[in-house]
Amino acid sequence: MIPASFEYRRADSVEQALGWLSEDPDSTKLLAGGHSLLPLMKLRLATPGVLVDIGRVPGLSYVRDAGDHVAVGALTRHRDVEISDVARAHVPLLAHVAGQVGDPQVRHRGTIGGSIAHGDPASDLPAAVLALDGVLVIDGPRGRREVGAGDFFRGFLETALAPDEVLTEIRVRKAPRGWAFQKFNRRAQDWAIVGVAAVVNGGARVALVNMGATTVRARGTEEALAAGAGIAEAAARAPEGLEPPSDLQGSAEYRRHLATVLVRRALEEATASGG
Amino acid sequence: MQVTMTVNGETQSHDVEARMLLVYYLREVLGLTGTNVGCDTTSCGACTVLLNGESVKSCTMLAAQADGEEITTIEGMASSEGVLHPIQEAFREHHGLQCGYCTPGMVMAVASFLKEHPDPTEAEVREGLEGNLCRCTGYHNIVQATLAAARAGALAP
Ligand SMILES: Cc1cc2nc3c(=O)[nH]c(=O)nc-3n(C[C@H](O)[C@H](O)[C@H](O)COP(=O)(O)OP(=O)(O)OC[C@H]3O[C@@H](n4cnc5c(N)ncnc54)[C@H](O)[C@@H]3O)c2cc1C
Ligand code: FES
Ligand code: FES
Repeated sequence: MIPASFEYRRADSVEQALGWLSEDPDSTKLLAGGHSLLPLMKLRLATPGVLVDIGRVPGLSYVRDAGDHVAVGALTRHRDVEISDVARAHVPLLAHVAGQVGDPQVRHRGTIGGSIAHGDPASDLPAAVLALDGVLVIDGPRGRREVGAGDFFRGFLETALAPDEVLTEIRVRKAPRGWAFQKFNRRAQDWAIVGVAAVVNGGARVALVNMGATTVRARGTEEALAAGAGIAEAAARAPEGLEPPSDLQGSAEYRRHLATVLVRRALEEATASGG
Repeated sequence: MQVTMTVNGETQSHDVEARMLLVYYLREVLGLTGTNVGCDTTSCGACTVLLNGESVKSCTMLAAQADGEEITTIEGMASSEGVLHPIQEAFREHHGLQCGYCTPGMVMAVASFLKEHPDPTEAEVREGLEGNLCRCTGYHNIVQATLAAARAGALAP
């Protein structure tokens, strides 16, 4: 499988990438690790005319302690998030989830920015960032803006990013304790059939993988916990208001059931880990 | 476009189409056919090579993305005198292959894995090779070979 022809340009800076994007935003695509985009291009589900490779833009790969939050550069690879001392100390959920993405080869190429920008409901990192009350820092021709994760994920492969913008940083709230991630799949390396990222300190936030057109919060569970319900009761409300997909991996009904089980396990684990 | 990279220690420079995938550059332009294509969809790991010492699936990378970088393929593992790399030796010793189709990718994945986990447990080996599929061996001997290579202190080339 070979992608359709395109013009390849390697950007040396965000400004250069923005300049190229602005020339023809609709047929230009950014390339980071390429582990979502290249498979789509090989299947010819994506046929950009110009590919702007930002993979080597310097200064966008870091995990930094920024006081009340942790800042992660958009080009930080999953592997580098996974082994980051800062991430492990202050947002172990993020480090753990990065280590659950695909397989080692995927983690050596894929970036956190690519995963967030792609907005796939089956992806793990968007759920972690949503549970960690994340903020996405976006640079564009109209300057810089910050969008909360709750407003960022809009629909299937659809985010708040405009075609002429670049995601540059991901900020997440520190949560050294009281977290859990549950990923249910049938084979090693697979995507989650359903996944749960939970943070229980300072008001529980529970985000779900593959339970809708995009990454979603388990509002029913969060409301129940806020009202003082126990874990089992709160977990039973996990699928409330959600419309999970039906596919070869499982029916919508199966996913609803799975969500209640996995949310219960996640809340038990998060609470046990110091929530 | 012109791409220049170091492959198994030698500088290579060629004019290729921007859409050329790294695996086809290695196989068809350089004639290094040891790297196999199994699934072509980033699943099987048969196309695994080292990019600056780390395992990557070369069917999911453009040759252009490897421009200026260092690539190691299975052909770069044995010494120029033909002495097998300790990982290859361990695969031979422990019968870590049957048809051999997955083997080049497995060996490269193991090389990268052992660099990150010089003293792995069996469970870590099984997790660490999850990106590589083998349709023949049932994995057991591949895991044994990897553990033996670790004991022999076999790091990447
Ligand atoms: C075999 C396989 C298994 C996988 N398994 C999992 C899994 O279990 N869980 C999981 O979560 N993910 C999984 N993934 C996806 C993986 O995490 C991807 O690496 C990630 O989704 C995309 O990151 P990337 O850097 O490769 O992005 P790319 O593929 O380069 O880009 C993806 C999209 O985002 C855009 N983009 C990239 N960077 C930016 C930016 N900075 N600003 C604006 N737009 C940008 C691109 O234009 C493109 O549209 C898997 C992938 C493969 C191939
Ligand atoms: S051929 Fe590249 S992963 Fe299968
Ligand atoms: S030995 Fe045949 S696929 Fe692995």
